[in-house]
Amino acid sequence: MAGSVRRGAAPAAALALLVLSATGCLPGAPAGVGTGPLAGQTVEVAAIWTGAEQAHFRAVLDAFERRTGASVRYTSGGDDLPALLNSRLAGGAPPDVALLGQPGVVAQLARRGVLAELTGAAAAAVAANYPPLWQELGTVDGKLYGVYFKVANKSVIWYRTDAFEEAGVRPPQTWPELRAVTRTLADAGVGTMAVPGADGWVLTDWFENIYLRVAGPDRYDQLARHEIPWTHPSVVDSLSLLRDYWTLDRAIQDDPLQLKFVQAVADVFGSRPQSAMLFQADFVAAEINRLGEVRVGGGARFFDWPSIGGSPPAVVTAGDQAVVFTGTPAAMALIAFLASPEAAALAAEQGGFLSANRNLPASAYPDPVTRELAESLTSAELVRFDLSDLTPQAFGGGTDASMWRLLQSFLGRRGGPAELAAQLEAAAQHDFGVACGPARQPCLGGSR
Amino acid sequence: MSPARRHRWTAAAFLAPALLVLCTLVAYPIGYTVWLSLHSPDGSRFVGVANYVEMFTAPDTRRALTNNAIWVVVAPTVVTVLGLMFAVLTERVRLVNAFRLALFMPMAISFLAAGVTFRLVYDEDPNRGMLNAAIVAVHDSFSPPSPYPGATVREGSGLVASDDGTITTGVPVTAGEPASLPLVGLPVDALPAAAEPARPPAAGPGIRGVVWRDFLRGGAGRAGLVDPGELGLPGVVVQVVRSGEVVAETRTDASGQFAVPELAGGGYSVRLAAGNFTEPFRGLTWLGPGLVTPAIIGSYIWVWAGFAMVVISAGLASIPREAVESARVDGATEWQVLRLVTIPLVRPVTVVVAVTLGINVLKIFDLVLVLAPEPAQAEANVLGLEQYHASFTQLNAGLGSALAVLLFTLVLPGMAWRARVLRRHQVVP
Repeated sequence: MAGSVRRGAAPAAALALLVLSATGCLPGAPAGVGTGPLAGQTVEVAAIWTGAEQAHFRAVLDAFERRTGASVRYTSGGDDLPALLNSRLAGGAPPDVALLGQPGVVAQLARRGVLAELTGAAAAAVAANYPPLWQELGTVDGKLYGVYFKVANKSVIWYRTDAFEEAGVRPPQTWPELRAVTRTLADAGVGTMAVPGADGWVLTDWFENIYLRVAGPDRYDQLARHEIPWTHPSVVDSLSLLRDYWTLDRAIQDDPLQLKFVQAVADVFGSRPQSAMLFQADFVAAEINRLGEVRVGGGARFFDWPSIGGSPPAVVTAGDQAVVFTGTPAAMALIAFLASPEAAALAAEQGGFLSANRNLPASAYPDPVTRELAESLTSAELVRFDLSDLTPQAFGGGTDASMWRLLQSFLGRRGGPAELAAQLEAAAQHDFGVACGPARQPCLGGSR
Repeated sequence: MSPARRHRWTAAAFLAPALLVLCTLVAYPIGYTVWLSLHSPDGSRFVGVANYVEMFTAPDTRRALTNNAIWVVVAPTVVTVLGLMFAVLTERVRLVNAFRLALFMPMAISFLAAGVTFRLVYDEDPNRGMLNAAIVAVHDSFSPPSPYPGATVREGSGLVASDDGTITTGVPVTAGEPASLPLVGLPVDALPAAAEPARPPAAGPGIRGVVWRDFLRGGAGRAGLVDPGELGLPGVVVQVVRSGEVVAETRTDASGQFAVPELAGGGYSVRLAAGNFTEPFRGLTWLGPGLVTPAIIGSYIWVWAGFAMVVISAGLASIPREAVESARVDGATEWQVLRLVTIPLVRPVTVVVAVTLGINVLKIFDLVLVLAPEPAQAEANVLGLEQYHASFTQLNAGLGSALAVLLFTLVLPGMAWRARVLRRHQVVP
């Protein structure tokens, strides 16, 4: 959820799609043609993508159809895909394959026993093409269920090159450098950091990037499973850094709680720039292109999230994993195809796509910026999945979720780091369903 | 079988389908909701009234209850009064129907679309938000914005920026020794076209100095020193202060120089007035914590005023002409006719409109969800929204159902009253 740009009017769209798909009115179901091994079989795939992203994915599915002779029907569920899946499951007719952004939801589905374990060619393709981290992320209770088809790099800060030139600064590599650069940008009067606090998911990504660098990967994993409390000193330290930066003189724009993410992109890369930097994932590039004022790679560039206290290169990531509901041979064949370098290359060449496939050559990416984004993701020593997507939905996964709400009030300068940590812990105890005692016994993470 | 008995059977046969629909679609959901409200979040455990206790003790719900009370009092009253005004006034204008159509049009828009529209109206940034653009335009025509908003002192320059917005020299200034006042934080295009390159202050009689933008493209300049290419700030109001009193006031010239030649001696300080730097007026934060509920009520009024007008107009059309005309013949003024004849005669209709809106307002949900930005949703909370969040964000069906039961109980009296009125008067709004 937290990785998605499109929010808001989704429920209505999802409902409309539900009706359309129930009545079989969706376009894009080409007659299964071809003479491949799977000729005559049909696979239904559900994902959140619409518009250009849907068209790009369709091209990959078309290649699968040509290769195998099976026909693939695509259903878009919008941001409320889990709700769509639940109703289809209740009706006894789930799609064959779905691409899901929340590992927590996948774990819930796997434990309900509605997912098919990946076996045979699909499992072999995953083992051959994916680094251990991504295999692990697709595994629930020791069984492989998912393959990460599309991933995101959520550890980049985008900036306006003309602002940096005017102020005479270069992309910072460490946290103190970021503070100094922000200061110089403020002195030059060219705008500083845009923090779109009206969207809570942006703030969770701020925290996650700092926390991964301050506390390290082990603590990050423990916190995601709520095995250490949110009152842990590492959390308080991270929050102190966050507070320090957010309250630095003129470091962020006025009234951040009123600024939405899409507006923030326009505030930095639009026709009336008010800020010079924006922290968010690789998908900012698509928004910049949509505005059309500056060119990605020209007037808009990015730098990796700076190192804190000498931390190694680290990336917070998110991604959509393909899971199988019906273990039909065609569905498994599709998974094997999605896990192959060929499918990744097909998707990559259309732009706006990063892959975790280690056998995908960097040359598959169409432009240098995408290549750099992929590079920083694959070369990072530490890669961790978006923490808020790993927690229960009530804690990290939507409007009014505890972590979103509390970080917003923190950005609004209510309460100190220790106080926020205590509030987060109280909310986590409630939302994770299990209280972790002072003895720090392992708690049941994730789903309820 | 007696005829009466047969009659009863026939009646029952005819009523059965309707009864069945009522039971499955109305009675059963109500019963199930009450059952859920007495159980744990996933419906597995009986918890008694625990959900109700949680509901009335949680601060979120208390805020929602307060807001609902505000909504119920304010929204129907304002809408009804506006509707009455429009109805009376439109009776007298030409092109009545065009006017009424325009007022009624918002009713054709869903709350979702109205919410999105008003998001744009209420946007805080005057470049985006229509309302703030208007307010800022009016404000700036009365008090023009300051020349150098956002300018501040160069770090390490010895200048002191006070909380009241003034910038003062940190060390005493003596006549004959020029003062340097380097400022930063201004984009180069914020300087007037008349600004000339700053010169290092020349020695001379009296208190003098230079105020300039101490930043060169690429950050090349030396801090606190006038470098070639740095521009002076023209028109800055400079005050010379001695023991707390302003002894002279002047303005800088095109190259940022100022001088008060007649002053002699030492112990002065040079102060740049706050008016030079005040941030421009940016309008109000409509969707911030303070104003969010009134702002959303405003958009609700926009949607519903037309409805109230149309219904009250219908009521107006049905009042006896003779009453109004005889009042006029008796010499009543138009105001008296309105107050003593028209309004009393149309009162039953206005009451029905107000109660209908009251019921409608209790259930308000979509407008708040769409219009209130995430951080302000706690402040804008209403029972409907709280019920949604409890059920679908926190996945707590028990608490959500308890809220639904509360909402249902609150709506009941209005519904009962309205059903009675409908039966008695056959007023159909």
